Amino acid sequence: MNAILEAKGVGKTFGGGLFDKVKTVALRDFSLGIENEPPSILAVVGESGSGKTTLARLLLGLVSPSSGEVLYRGTSLTKLSSAQRKQFLRDVQVIFQDPYEVYNPFYYVDHVLETPVQKFGLATSKADARSKIEETLRAVGLRPDETLGRYPHQLSGGQRQRIMVARALLIRPRLIIADEPVSMVDASLRATILGSLRELNRAFGISLIYITHDLTTAYQISENIVVLYRGSVAEVGDVEKVVGNPMHPYTRLLVGSVPLPDPDKAWLPEPPPSEESKRAGAGAHDGCAFAARCPDAMAICREARPPLYQIDEFRAAACYLYMGKPELSHDELGKVMVPPEPVALPVSAR
Amino acid sequence: MSVVTPAPGNSGAGAISLSPVIDTASSLRATSGERVTAVRGYMRRNMSLPVGLTLLAILAVFLVVGRFMVDLEESRPVSVMTLQPPSWELPFGSDRQGRNMFAVAVAGTPMTLQIGLIAGFLGVGIGATLAFVAAYYGGKVDNIIKSMVDTGLTIPGLMILITVAMNVRGGLGVTQMALVVASLAWLYPTRTIRSQLLTLRERGYIQIAQMSGMSGPEIIVREMLPNLLPYLVAALVNSTSAAILASIGLEVLGLGPFEAPTIGMTLYWVNYNAAIINGWWWWWVPPIVVIGTVFIGLFLVAIGLDEIANPRLRRTV
Amino acid sequence: MAIQIPPDTTRVQADVLSVRDLRVYYHTPRGAVRAVDGVTFDIKAGERMGLVGESGSGKTTIALALMQLIRPPGRIEGGEVLVDGLDLLKLNAEQMRQRRLALIAMVAQGAMNSLNPVIRVRDQIVDALKDHGLKQTKAELAGRISSLLQRVGLGPQVADMFPHELSGGMKQRVCIAIAISMSPKVIIADEPTSALDVVVQRQVMETLRNVQLDLGAAIILVGHDMGLMAQAVDRLGVMYAGTLAELCSVRHIFEEPLHPYSQLLIASLPSLDKKGVFQGIPGLPPSLLNKPKGCPFRPRCPQAFARCETEEPKLTEVKPGRFVSCHLYTEAS
Repeated sequence: MNAILEAKGVGKTFGGGLFDKVKTVALRDFSLGIENEPPSILAVVGESGSGKTTLARLLLGLVSPSSGEVLYRGTSLTKLSSAQRKQFLRDVQVIFQDPYEVYNPFYYVDHVLETPVQKFGLATSKADARSKIEETLRAVGLRPDETLGRYPHQLSGGQRQRIMVARALLIRPRLIIADEPVSMVDASLRATILGSLRELNRAFGISLIYITHDLTTAYQISENIVVLYRGSVAEVGDVEKVVGNPMHPYTRLLVGSVPLPDPDKAWLPEPPPSEESKRAGAGAHDGCAFAARCPDAMAICREARPPLYQIDEFRAAACYLYMGKPELSHDELGKVMVPPEPVALPVSAR
Repeated sequence: MSVVTPAPGNSGAGAISLSPVIDTASSLRATSGERVTAVRGYMRRNMSLPVGLTLLAILAVFLVVGRFMVDLEESRPVSVMTLQPPSWELPFGSDRQGRNMFAVAVAGTPMTLQIGLIAGFLGVGIGATLAFVAAYYGGKVDNIIKSMVDTGLTIPGLMILITVAMNVRGGLGVTQMALVVASLAWLYPTRTIRSQLLTLRERGYIQIAQMSGMSGPEIIVREMLPNLLPYLVAALVNSTSAAILASIGLEVLGLGPFEAPTIGMTLYWVNYNAAIINGWWWWWVPPIVVIGTVFIGLFLVAIGLDEIANPRLRRTV
Repeated sequence: MAIQIPPDTTRVQADVLSVRDLRVYYHTPRGAVRAVDGVTFDIKAGERMGLVGESGSGKTTIALALMQLIRPPGRIEGGEVLVDGLDLLKLNAEQMRQRRLALIAMVAQGAMNSLNPVIRVRDQIVDALKDHGLKQTKAELAGRISSLLQRVGLGPQVADMFPHELSGGMKQRVCIAIAISMSPKVIIADEPTSALDVVVQRQVMETLRNVQLDLGAAIILVGHDMGLMAQAVDRLGVMYAGTLAELCSVRHIFEEPLHPYSQLLIASLPSLDKKGVFQGIPGLPPSLLNKPKGCPFRPRCPQAFARCETEEPKLTEVKPGRFVSCHLYTEAS
């Protein structure tokens, strides 16, 4: 086990203080170990309220967990020394969703590229820094002369996001956590940026956790997928299996609701279950979070949260429909993930 | 971008509600050619800033030119004939103690402005420092500062100032006046600047800066401060005008530097001698006009700066 | 509630909305940004049309222009917008205000976030109705609101709730209810589901569909999600740089896109069938401030030739019902 980053029983609850009587459990008992040999791409898919953004922030150390811990090379993120933290930032980097917010409007866009170079000592001189930056920009398909020396508002959203990818590449981390990297980017550029991310994985050996609500792009880019619903894992495994033949009722609903760009393949004709309003006290019981909307709900579903059942070699779902299959504990998600193919890396990549 | 909520107005007159800054720099950060046309266009549509600056400029010219037109010593008592209406020799007439009112205006107005500027700058300076400390350290330090500020703001400021001024009697000079006013002037800026910082802290570029290895103080200085500058300038304008008002208030009550021919003291003598009832209009009209000019000028400048600081209010693309 | 007979779509319908050569420019100190530069299309009653394009293509500007909601420095420079024969652009502000909601209604992008948080749903709908001079008794209003909510699939108890008690999809359906409260002839929906989950999106789109069938209204769906368009509209207009690149039935667009931009766009769509193919469109959309001569897509077009540089193509019907602005399909004049 060569886990670079490991979430161990991580949970995050918001509210529940003196003035906030409503406790929201954003993430519940999540465990996952991310290795880097060989580099892999994992998709974490969920809707708003699923906990996926909370997971991203927990893994990056931007937020501390209410329970459990996130370990970087064995040390909890909250207990890193400053040298260890520097090392952590060298190894784990991020691409955020909003290409507008991540730039300080006071500076040229060069600022986001020059800062890591300076802070991590990535170059030997100013000229060296400049040439490295230009090389990285070209690697993501941007022209340095059209990009550098500009203010953020002078560039398009797609360009800004590509610069963020370049920034991540510049640091050469072992893991990039991408939180909805293309959802605010135009359709024609999405494919290009996703292509860049996959190149980072193949050519530079960088692992990727791709967090999104868009099942289609998740399918395109990843090998394995974790489907989150209301803070818990609904289904996990090989992305071909999970998307091609979803087992959990929620995943089925998700896959069936994706509008296919083909007028002949209409949405599934079955009427979707009704939505709850926030007043209805949804989720107040201790059972499966999806029970209220599940067409296959049984009595037991409302009593206790279902464990993860391993349905076949590379798939597990948390649903009582599969009671009888071997149970999987929450920290064994890795067991059902397809191991990525080893990629032959050029020597210079590391 | 986050939704803008206006900062609450101060109870004192002369303070204006300022909409907090979001990201100011977007407009300022254009090519120089773009910037010139943008500024010109902006000035044409929004008259506040140029008119305000013009008013203040007129006052400044008056003060400078006036120095050459009159001997400032005549602002002391027993310099000229008493209670003379305006004439060629005495353009603003004279008061009951024989002061040349024109000399008083030219000599005293800068003193009032000086008090305002010192107190205003001190207020924002101390306020900004405390705000940065509170926002950066958070936790207990933040709680202490926050409680001090919130408690201080609920106590009527004038009452505190009166108490302080009464106990610093025996030759309250102009600078001391400024310090007395400054002793309270930092409360409101601390609170508003701290709010601004807390908002800025949530911006995406701060998180990116953290992920790029920047330390806390570095983030404050290199990432937050540049975006805060226009807001700070506007806060300064606000703070100055509030300080001027506070100082005039204290002086009118008789708690100011008695020997100085400041606007406030002039008005104190106006009251003391019932000048309004007695019809000695030349005594009280000029100070009122000067006060009006200063406050309207500062107010317009603050509004004008607000549009620069907050791009949403602007009407260009 | 009166019984609604769904419109007979097999009969030839008259055009309920005709847009002719619509131009909207934004005047900046640096010149005029040609956000919409000559757009022409017709919609029949009961028809569903989509306007798809990327940011800066002009699709939202068209929606605002149809509602006469363009504010300075934007200005409608020319063209006609005929709804049921009445040119909306010739109306003054008061006349247009009366027509808004009653004749043509819009569900704006992020509308659910502009619901007044301190007013109950019932009062928000009543506000809209009262504004159009509707005088009814309390009981009549209550009945009307109930039936409106029912039409969008919400229970009558929603009327008493505050917006923050509703989920995103429910809020958006309230906005649809407000939009249809005066039974308009044209409904414009600008990215109605962009902030919503895929599951909720489907519910909202089905609501829109039901509502539209009920009223016999035409609907214009503005957005950038081609997948959604494939499921939700009959005809699709592809916007690029302020003009229509292509306009035809949605089936034709996906099966046989004519305009090179449409072709590249369709090719770049990720699908749940094929894996690992990432094909974007190189280059950037043109500046609308200094629009170059000729076809706006030329710099990125793999099939551009000499004429594309000098002459701007016009939207022409090259096959029945299929409009394209591309020199590949028109003879040199």
